[in-house]
Amino acid sequence: MVEAPAPDKLQASKEAWKIAAQVPDPEIPAVNVSDLGILRSVEIDENGIVVAKVTPTYSGCPAVLAIELAIEAALLKAGYKVRIERVTSPAWTTDWITDDGRRKLKEYGIAPPERASGSVRSLFGETQVSCPQCGSAETIRISEFGSTACKALYRCETCREPFDYFKCI
Amino acid sequence: MAHDKVLFEILIRLADDHLVLGHRLSEWCGHAPMLEEDLSMPNMALDLIGQARSLYAYAGEIENRGRDEDAIAYLRTEPEYKNLLLVEKPNEDFAHTMLRQFYFAVFMEEFWKEAISSSDNTLAGIAGKAMKEIAYHIRHCGEWIIRLGDGTEESSRRMRAAVEVLHPYTDEMFDHDDVVAAAVSAEIIPDPLLLRPRWEQGVQTVFKAAKITMPNDYWALRGGRAGQHGEEMGFLLADLQYMQRTYPGMTW
Ligand SMILES: [Zn+2]
Repeated sequence: MVEAPAPDKLQASKEAWKIAAQVPDPEIPAVNVSDLGILRSVEIDENGIVVAKVTPTYSGCPAVLAIELAIEAALLKAGYKVRIERVTSPAWTTDWITDDGRRKLKEYGIAPPERASGSVRSLFGETQVSCPQCGSAETIRISEFGSTACKALYRCETCREPFDYFKCI
Repeated sequence: MAHDKVLFEILIRLADDHLVLGHRLSEWCGHAPMLEEDLSMPNMALDLIGQARSLYAYAGEIENRGRDEDAIAYLRTEPEYKNLLLVEKPNEDFAHTMLRQFYFAVFMEEFWKEAISSSDNTLAGIAGKAMKEIAYHIRHCGEWIIRLGDGTEESSRRMRAAVEVLHPYTDEMFDHDDVVAAAVSAEIIPDPLLLRPRWEQGVQTVFKAAKITMPNDYWALRGGRAGQHGEEMGFLLADLQYMQRTYPGMTW
């Protein structure tokens, strides 16, 4: 039987979570690691060390190391002993982006991913993406791959503005 | 064959496929025909190299001789690389590059779909991520094959030429040897023979839209899985290994 953690420990891990969660994404600073769902958990182990679990968005995401270091730095600065663990399974999905995160992405000019990543069709699948600037549904995909692996490039046919779309995965 | 030995060999084959193809794609960086493609090919290369890193790191753990991902990726000799000949083929023109990527991606998507229920949990975890990434590669390359195959006279000629050159290298993906047989029976990987009809169907769908005929009379070429490579591989490794060979043990 596993003993329930002492209340003060729970409280402490909640505070550590708050600190870690505020770390912004290095590529899209408008959202933080908690909004994106890449900070999976923050707990305090039996030796009093804060263990933060982080999951990469893409296998080759160059930002993942920067994100881990930033979370470690934020927790160290707050006086914690820290260990970062990278978890790869279950695989990250855009469904883990919070509602708050989706709103922030849109305000930043990035169209948030359409829901239900499981429905990605590899061939001839086309998703309807709305323009984050004017809301128009009249958009076309310019490039499957944008400035980072997680984004595609679109253009709005109504307001003529190009924009990034956060791809479903 | 011992379980760990089989697993290590399978991981090395997969990792080498991904590293070598990722390296080939990265050669386009700064040379693509348009900006969008200059973004897309390095992005696909990043996916592949990221997947290769996970596979190499795990292979090093299984081997348990103190080699990390870099040591395995950079410090082996040519016969120790076990990648498919297909992935080391030079970029040539854009038709060759897109077709090579497409052939491989359609195979890997089917492979990963099954590997998510591998008896090996780590490989299953890698499969879960890679499967979703590869779907975008298929879509991207598939669209180009259709655009070029059913395009102008020149684009169509180039696409058909690429099919003629590269198709004979696809059989190696489905080859069975002792390692594959042992890995299939240990349920580490799916049986490549089961994947073949699905691969053919996926390729056929795009070829039909691209007005390309699937070759059926050709001499299959193989050897990479046994460490026998084409001349191009030496040049590729000279480039890939340059930093580690020149400054042994260097880190970023
Ligand atoms: Zn608009």
